[in-house]
Amino acid sequence: MIEARLLTKVFHDKKRGQIRAVEAVSFRAEPGRIYGLLGANGAGKTTTLRMLATLLRPTSGTAAVAGHDVVGEPDKVRANVGFLATSTALYARLTSREMIAYFGRLNGLDEPSLRSRISSLADELDMHEFLDRRCDKLSTGMKQKTSIARMLVHDPQVMIFDEPTVGLDVMTARSIVRFVRECRGRGKTVIYSTHVMSEAEKLCDVIGIIHDGKLRAEGSLADLLARTGGPDLEECFVKIVSPEGPG
Amino acid sequence: MSWHTIGTIYGKELRDSVRDRRTLLSTIIIPTIVMPALVLGLGKVASAVISKAKEEIPRIMVIGGSDSPGVRGELQRSGRFKAEPASADWKSLISEKKVRAAAEIPEGFEKALESGSAPPVTLYDYEGELKSGLAVDQLRNFFIGMRERATARLLTARGLPATIARPFEVKIANVAPPEKIGGNLLGGIVPYIIILLCFMGAMSPAMDLTAGEKERGTMETLLCSPAARTDIVLGKFCMVLTGSLVAVACSLVSMGVSLVVVGASFGVNPAGQAGHGGFAPTIDPVGMLGVLAMVAPVAVLFSAVLLAVSLFAKSFKEAQSYAGPMVFAIIIPAIVGMLPGIDLNLRLALVPILNISLVCKEMLSGVWHWGYISAIFGSTALYAAAALALAVKMFRCEDVIFRT
Ligand SMILES: Nc1ncnc2c1ncn2[C@@H]1O[C@H](COP(=O)(O)OP(=O)(O)OP(=O)(O)O)[C@@H](O)[C@H]1O
Ligand SMILES: [Mg+2]
Repeated sequence: MIEARLLTKVFHDKKRGQIRAVEAVSFRAEPGRIYGLLGANGAGKTTTLRMLATLLRPTSGTAAVAGHDVVGEPDKVRANVGFLATSTALYARLTSREMIAYFGRLNGLDEPSLRSRISSLADELDMHEFLDRRCDKLSTGMKQKTSIARMLVHDPQVMIFDEPTVGLDVMTARSIVRFVRECRGRGKTVIYSTHVMSEAEKLCDVIGIIHDGKLRAEGSLADLLARTGGPDLEECFVKIVSPEGPG
Repeated sequence: MSWHTIGTIYGKELRDSVRDRRTLLSTIIIPTIVMPALVLGLGKVASAVISKAKEEIPRIMVIGGSDSPGVRGELQRSGRFKAEPASADWKSLISEKKVRAAAEIPEGFEKALESGSAPPVTLYDYEGELKSGLAVDQLRNFFIGMRERATARLLTARGLPATIARPFEVKIANVAPPEKIGGNLLGGIVPYIIILLCFMGAMSPAMDLTAGEKERGTMETLLCSPAARTDIVLGKFCMVLTGSLVAVACSLVSMGVSLVVVGASFGVNPAGQAGHGGFAPTIDPVGMLGVLAMVAPVAVLFSAVLLAVSLFAKSFKEAQSYAGPMVFAIIIPAIVGMLPGIDLNLRLALVPILNISLVCKEMLSGVWHWGYISAIFGSTALYAAAALALAVKMFRCEDVIFRT
């Protein structure tokens, strides 16, 4: 369960001055459902998700993630969250297995449960073939699978995916989308950011459209389509984010 | 603070660093090579240059003295010089190192010497030039010998014993044990090299573990684990410290080995002669232990400072551009400490690095000022703690971690 209340993040940049990257964003993501955060480049998706993962401290507002406050108990939040972003890279000189094991240990897993957890993740994600290869020798798809295993090694209740299919081929992207769906099936709270409309259409139970740091619209795909009268999500998205559009 | 987390992070960083060629090079390979190169190379080169210079029979010129053939003949016969009459350009010949030195014998020198009061002999050399200096020393000894013989002759002629001019001799005897002489020789440069290696050993892991991780995007991965920020910094700090200490240890072991090898190759030549003749450098093992103990807080200081500085940098390159100038900040006080005549006092004992350089020099020559030693150890530990606290504080600051 994620409950964001008026999350706001202001950056201070020497050249650009004040940047209101996220402004008063409130939403709820429920267990067993996928909440999609849809937005263009620079809309504020990553910043929002980083605040939920306690990597950034909100300028104002807060969020409860898995029952803990991101400002008050960031350590407890992190223990219950898996975070995957385009910017969360792998250690090039570790093998895939060492990488997953490292994060398992940081999450307090003991060695026997770590071993069984790694082998079950490798089964699910079909990773056995490259488990003992160094991360810098892996293909992009193998890297992404390793990253997913890394984020899920402690079996978190809440999963945060920030554009997990960027740069992947269709097959690998599909296998990741399928995996995210399975997580929903196991009752996890999933939040999934993307700017790919088709992915949001197929995957997300609730879609939040974020633009210029503000949440412009929120609802199921059917809701959004009904509200804007668009034939598909793309039209609907354009209508919502365009200056004269609703929101 | 969780020891388990710190240990996990340290273990991973250790494994990662062992696989990093750049870190291996600067923490193990270079320190291992530098010391033997220094001991063998520098010692060999210096002794070769000096013995060659000593073997050379210097070419000198004699100015004037046409009415003193005896002196000129003696100069030629001594076999210590290739003496020849001065040409007009003798001065420039000395500058060009074609002639090592010149002696000016005043008019009527020999005649005046017989009566017991001759005008002064002037010797010319090129100051600061080793071979010219050796030649002029020889010349001076030659004329002093001549003067003594003249004195003896004059005294005997007057029926007095020759010893009356030298009622007693002055002798110089060494009381420092042999290894201390070696200590002075190597003592100046060894702490300097160790301080430098201590810094270099910490540099590569410090940059790789902070700025390097930011650049490669693994820092964000690490930060989304539940590990406490303080534990992450401490785990990384332990690795940087390991790099620094490993560099020092490698250099010491290889220096020890090369000293033993050099000592053996110089045969049974007692180390006591090391300071004078042969250049078999030796070092006092107890002093070396002292140096090692003093290097420990310095390693902590360097590791913490480097960690804080490279944490601030966005990329490995940027970190290098900060750490590069810091090398000078270390070399300068370390060199000042090597200069002769600068001695420890309470104020200098509080100047970081300089104090270490000075106290190491003392310990290697067998002087133990316990008051200064504890002041230096304490102040360095204090600076180190402050730097580590700064690194922790910076790591908690998201502007530093997500600096764009
Ligand atoms: N550390 C930072 N310092 C200053 N400005 C930042 C920082 N991080 C993000 N921003 C700015 O905040 C805004 C939102 O960025 P954010 O990365 O959240 O967008 P995004 O929706 O994830 O975009 P993309 O689809 O390109 O990943 C942008 O204008 C960005 O330049
Ligand atoms: Mg983004």
